[in-house]
Amino acid sequence: MQAGVITFPGSNCDRDVAVALEAAGASVTRLWHGDAELPKLDLIVLPGGFSYGDYLRVGAIASKAPIMKEVVRAADAGIAVLGICNGFQLLAETGLVPGALIANVGLKYLCKEVELDVVSINSIFTTMYDPATSIHIPIAHHDGNYVCDADELKRLHDEDRIAFRYRDNPNGSTDDIAGVLGPGRNVLGLMPHPERAADPITGGTDGAPMFRALMEALA
Amino acid sequence: MKAKVHVRLKEGVLDPQGAAIGRALGQLGFEGVGSVRQGKLIELDLTATDSEAAKSEVEAMCAQLLANPVIETYSVTIETEGRST
Repeated sequence: MQAGVITFPGSNCDRDVAVALEAAGASVTRLWHGDAELPKLDLIVLPGGFSYGDYLRVGAIASKAPIMKEVVRAADAGIAVLGICNGFQLLAETGLVPGALIANVGLKYLCKEVELDVVSINSIFTTMYDPATSIHIPIAHHDGNYVCDADELKRLHDEDRIAFRYRDNPNGSTDDIAGVLGPGRNVLGLMPHPERAADPITGGTDGAPMFRALMEALA
Repeated sequence: MKAKVHVRLKEGVLDPQGAAIGRALGQLGFEGVGSVRQGKLIELDLTATDSEAAKSEVEAMCAQLLANPVIETYSVTIETEGRST
């Protein structure tokens, strides 16, 4: 699997996710937001962080970076795209996943482990999870409050596109949503950080099956 | 000329910051404050000389970057010398 991890000004989880992908066996290319072209890739990752200091709206300015036109084109052509935390916010700004992310209801930056239900295993990201067993993955965000209207929420339900839900909603997200799939199921945006739970030395490995599943699907 | 863009959260979108402001006002003893909604004001200096053309250009800026139509609405005011449109 050829994976590309894009660094924006203010990204801070780009190296971590590259390490987690390499541990799963992927070959990783580090990319820059100002690049106008993408190499041939099986997976594009938009990492966590605080691109452009969250100015204007979270993810808004990074979503207009030169490389994002190519990311949208690749996603529309079926290439897998994973957006984690700030990457999820960025995907929502581009419209590759529906909805938007606003400030947590408590207005606090939350940095802790959360318990998630895997709602849909019908995606290349989630095949290695057991929907009957919850998983533990850290969150680290101030703007993780997922917002979408009732029509969009119904569509997400009807099309089985809610990938992850919080057991104990930390941020006010609509319908406890922690991760959603795009309409083609090849794009996933999620607030929790699977790359921070991919090595036993960081306290858990519940994030690792996502990278292994991608490796199996896209090898 | 100058343009002012007011960006507001749509009706029905929860505004945690507005709610916190409302609670703080209550703690200060201000009674009779209902809901509080916080938006933003963006001011632009424009080189354009035609206010109609300026307005449509600023609206294009709103659609592409300044507002997110999923959660926000916006209004554009163009200010020429002594006159707002």
